[in-house]
Amino acid sequence: MKEFLDLYFTFFKLGAVTFGGGYAMLPILQREVVEKKHWATEEELVDYYAIGQCTPGVIAVNVATFIGRKYRGILGGILTTLGVVSPSVIIISIIAAVINNFADILWVQNALGGIRVCVCVFIFNSVVKLFHSAVKDKATLAIYLVLFAAAVFFNFSPIYSVIIAGVLGLVFTKMGVRGK
Amino acid sequence: MILLKLFWEFFKTGLFAIGGGMATVPFLQEISAKTGWYTASQLADMIAVSESTPGPMGVNMATYVGYTVGSQELGGPVMGVLAAIIATLGLITPSIIVIMIVAYFLKRFRDSKLVDATLYGLRPASVALISAAGVDIVLIAVLRVESIYKIAQAALSWKALVLAAAVYGATHVKKLKGLHPIWFIAASAVLGVVLKMA
Repeated sequence: MKEFLDLYFTFFKLGAVTFGGGYAMLPILQREVVEKKHWATEEELVDYYAIGQCTPGVIAVNVATFIGRKYRGILGGILTTLGVVSPSVIIISIIAAVINNFADILWVQNALGGIRVCVCVFIFNSVVKLFHSAVKDKATLAIYLVLFAAAVFFNFSPIYSVIIAGVLGLVFTKMGVRGK
Repeated sequence: MILLKLFWEFFKTGLFAIGGGMATVPFLQEISAKTGWYTASQLADMIAVSESTPGPMGVNMATYVGYTVGSQELGGPVMGVLAAIIATLGLITPSIIVIMIVAYFLKRFRDSKLVDATLYGLRPASVALISAAGVDIVLIAVLRVESIYKIAQAALSWKALVLAAAVYGATHVKKLKGLHPIWFIAASAVLGVVLKMA
């Protein structure tokens, strides 16, 4: 029982102190989970990250599930995951309540107008970063351009885009056009 | 019913959004377009809040959308919190299932050529979807039109352009680059008030 509570609250703490999730969590995981609690080794953590970023869902959640499962089975995996998301539910509910209630005030609207512009730049910056690691040859550039146009001009469903892209990845690899 | 639908929509988001927080944005845009639960500008606000509060961004987005839908459609903060929990559970359920399965075949999964080939196609798709989501937000925040087909009516706001250039510059200056996003967001909020950017 105590171990299960420990799993939940350790990951609760991780969720509460990491800004940005994913990679921002890595150094804290190394300290708490590898060095202090010995729930996983350094190598396992690297594996979990490598797989966590290419399996569906949020990276931090995937890594949390891995660690909990390794240490205490399925229930462990569920508890670490619930732990890492619990602070978000509390913090965001409070902020959302405040913002939704004050969104009609003029200066709040002005502030949000400025913030939205900032968000555009953030998305642009992360697209540039991701683009270099994802688009490496003609085939991936084609996938990028076609799906981008489909989404912008035809509101093509992202779910179908993901399915098509996965299949295209297999087909292009089979055809041997990778890296050309 | 709304709660069930919310769970299902986020279950799909959790299953198909691959590669971190921003990857959930295109799916949330689709939900907004389909259900009208929240607007595209609300979504932009949610991104800003999710980036500047603790916790994984994708989870924060789910919680925020859930709270907004619950409190607006069902009424009151209690329903808001309930819906926030449901949306978040929807988002993480596929993760738990998939990881439990993958953990079983850990080594084989990591070295699998099939997985590698699929990811080769998925990575550019993920970036394409995030880029498209970015275009939609630029349309609303900078050009002030709801869709790309109304671009002829765009009221290009010089204030928004100046602010965008300033934030871009600031995020690329060596000394400021490493700063937490919350500082850029806070500065933009202040400038938004000063320049009356509503």
